[in-house]
Amino acid sequence: MGVTIHVENLNAWYGKVQALHDINLKFEPNHATALIGPSGCGKSTFIRCLNRMHETIPEARVKGRVRIGELDAYNGTSATQLRRRVGMVFQKPNPFPSMSIYDNVASGLKLNGVRNRKQLDEVVERSLNASALWDEVKDQLHKQSGAGLSGGQQQRLCIARALAVEPEVLLMDEPCSALDPISTGKIEELIFQLKEQYTIVIVTHNMQQAARVAEFTGFFLLGKVIEFDKTEKIFTNPSNKRTEDYITGRFG
Amino acid sequence: MANQAFPRPQLTGQPVSQKTTVEPKTRPLPLMPSSSGEVADRLFGFAMLTCAVAILGLLVLIVYELVGRSQLSWHAFGWKFFAGRDWNPVEEHFGALPFIYGTLVSSLLALIIAVPLAVGVAVFTTEMCPKWLRGPLSFTTELLAAIPSVIYGLWAIFVLVPLLRQYVQPFLARTLGWTGLFEGPPYGIGMLAAGIILAIMIVPIISSITREVLMVVPQHQREGVLALGATRWEMIRIGVLRNARAGILGGVILGLGRALGETMAVTMVIGNRPEIARSLFAPGYTMASVIANEFSEATGDVYLSALIEIGLALFLVTIVVNALARLMVWSVTRGLPARAHV
Amino acid sequence: MSERSSNSVAQSSLLRISLWRRFTDCFATSVAALTVVLVLLPLGAIFAYLVYRGIGSINWAFLTQTPKPVGEAGGGMANAIGGSVLILGIASLLGVPFGIGAGIYLAEYGRNRFGDIIRFTSDVLNGVPSIVIGIVAYSVVVLRQKHFSAVAGGFALAIMMVPTITRTTEEMLLLVPQSIREAAYGLGVPRWRTTLSITLRTATSGVITGVMLAFARVAGETAPLLFTAFGNQYWNLNVNQSTAALPLQIFTYAISPFDEWHRQAWAGALVLIVLIVGAVAAVRIAVRRGALAGANN
Repeated sequence: MGVTIHVENLNAWYGKVQALHDINLKFEPNHATALIGPSGCGKSTFIRCLNRMHETIPEARVKGRVRIGELDAYNGTSATQLRRRVGMVFQKPNPFPSMSIYDNVASGLKLNGVRNRKQLDEVVERSLNASALWDEVKDQLHKQSGAGLSGGQQQRLCIARALAVEPEVLLMDEPCSALDPISTGKIEELIFQLKEQYTIVIVTHNMQQAARVAEFTGFFLLGKVIEFDKTEKIFTNPSNKRTEDYITGRFG
Repeated sequence: MANQAFPRPQLTGQPVSQKTTVEPKTRPLPLMPSSSGEVADRLFGFAMLTCAVAILGLLVLIVYELVGRSQLSWHAFGWKFFAGRDWNPVEEHFGALPFIYGTLVSSLLALIIAVPLAVGVAVFTTEMCPKWLRGPLSFTTELLAAIPSVIYGLWAIFVLVPLLRQYVQPFLARTLGWTGLFEGPPYGIGMLAAGIILAIMIVPIISSITREVLMVVPQHQREGVLALGATRWEMIRIGVLRNARAGILGGVILGLGRALGETMAVTMVIGNRPEIARSLFAPGYTMASVIANEFSEATGDVYLSALIEIGLALFLVTIVVNALARLMVWSVTRGLPARAHV
Repeated sequence: MSERSSNSVAQSSLLRISLWRRFTDCFATSVAALTVVLVLLPLGAIFAYLVYRGIGSINWAFLTQTPKPVGEAGGGMANAIGGSVLILGIASLLGVPFGIGAGIYLAEYGRNRFGDIIRFTSDVLNGVPSIVIGIVAYSVVVLRQKHFSAVAGGFALAIMMVPTITRTTEEMLLLVPQSIREAAYGLGVPRWRTTLSITLRTATSGVITGVMLAFARVAGETAPLLFTAFGNQYWNLNVNQSTAALPLQIFTYAISPFDEWHRQAWAGALVLIVLIVGAVAAVRIAVRRGALAGANN
């Protein structure tokens, strides 16, 4: 089941440049929340702060508090422990090129020391089913390299890989931006099913997508949250002028 | 949760789930061990750091051993060691000047022969030759670099030296003998043979660095000059070579560094006689060769120490030369692959 | 030429310059082509001679027997081939882990000032004359052990392998896209595990290329073995004994006055070059066949 994410006074920097200013947000469990905004507004940086991916970039810094369920992300939790509970899907599909489909999905468990073959088989099948890829690849699990799939399949493989470690939160950083419309549709459908079990945060530059998949939407601009509300409200009756300008396409 | 603005592709119409803020206190992860890997991470980082520091350590070790073991000779002869022309193991009197002279002359000779050839090859492969020829050409020059020194030496003894003795040296003596550089009996073996074999050996180094540097010259520099109506050669001269000067010079110095320290091939053809002669036909001796020939049979402590001091001098010279070369090459090519990361 | 120019004098002078310029252009191209020929000539000559002089002396006895005393025909270089394998084995065992480790450090942790210092040191170390490395191995190993040994030779060659392996490993790891590392981090895989099982594994063929190049470079080294492994006329696989090596044996035979030994030197050289060129070519083909093939998406 998903967990609630609390973000309090989150600030982030790249070297001396401040990318996020005092973000305060709460994400509901078992819902999808979309983060929209023009490029460079900090939405990707923000999502990367939720699983401490931001700090893998040299000279990047974070200040503030993030709670994932009962875990305090930046206090008393190691980054690796946190990331096992907060899965992430990236903008460009990034399956491990040297691994088969099976190994890609099992990689999270294998690399964290799980060796039990039967358990792995189960998890791989369950995860691939959950990401709606099982039927397409079940006959070539070991033969086909992860890099040999189509773009949309690769992205679903990456989702399966993230699900295999049984996270509670799924972060998606523009998961469809490198995909064709049909693959995008499949991923959106998937998000719909997945949010029954996970807390999903999805960054997207595509407002229609936000409206289609998310119950809540946050609008980011210049590293600040301008407005956060139910998706319906944001897209039909935003309370902030700048939000309205953005969703009606007047800038951005 | 229907949305007016944008209809969903397929509405599953699930109800808004209740605010389930009650979560299980600790969610067990049965599959994975809960170790964070932080200790292992730190150990791993430390191990890799150790390997990196070992490289520094190696350099320090080299300096330490060379300096320590050459003390005896240093105390006995001081600076005069490098000015003395007498190398006499029997009386334990050592002067390294003939070796320094031999090293310098053979290396300079090699540079004079190799630089035009190497730059020519690099320019031809990067700028002039058809594309399909590029790969094979650079591969063959790479092959030259892969041939071991001892095989160059072998070839030089049995092929190059007879050629020099029978044809090249008599010809040079007849035409350029008046300079004093090409006189005396044509043994074949001697400074000239060493210089030529060294030149063949350093061509691949200089040309591969030059090629690297030329390829870094931005395309718009070439196009800019071509757009002025320049011929290809003018484009190369003005747009390419001028921009790559520092890097090419770096490559040349790198070749010099290799020539200074080259041992086997030179030892096999230079004649190994500690003399300073004007003629390039005369036999000579280099710093590296004297170490190679006499080290394992050096009996006295001072003798051994003197040889190590020559090694130290050779080391210092090549370090300076190489550092200089690297800085020059870096100043041109630097940053490209390194900064693309992250 | 310029059609606008109404001045025929200017035009003809332009034309003349152009002829001269076209001539220099042609001339420069031919000179450059000539340099290529001049450089490839010795290469061709060396290989031709190696095959011509060497092939006749390579036979089963050459590969399986130890040298006969001077004056007796026959005998071979089995001891030298075995010794080379032994010494190179020791060198790889010592040098490869350190080289790869340092390369990993530079690529994954060393994007800073200290990393630059290591990079620079490594490049400088690469240029230290091999004979000087020999002296160091002599004074570190031989003087302490009190006798020549395969270990001393291996130590010297290991020092020479490290810089090459370090720099190629670094380069190859940097070719692995950052997104691949992020994918692993995102799964909660610790950094060390990511580096070994994901990054290094993706770059495996590239790293092997570096190792092979370093190997090929030291396989033919003679100078650092002169007073470390020293050479041995007999079969020896004891790492603490003086040991023969192919390049050493070639050197000894080449400067000897005996025709029979000269023949054997050529044969040994042919064996050595086939080994080295074979390694380099294999690596090059492997690289072109898509080393890192998976990593460029």
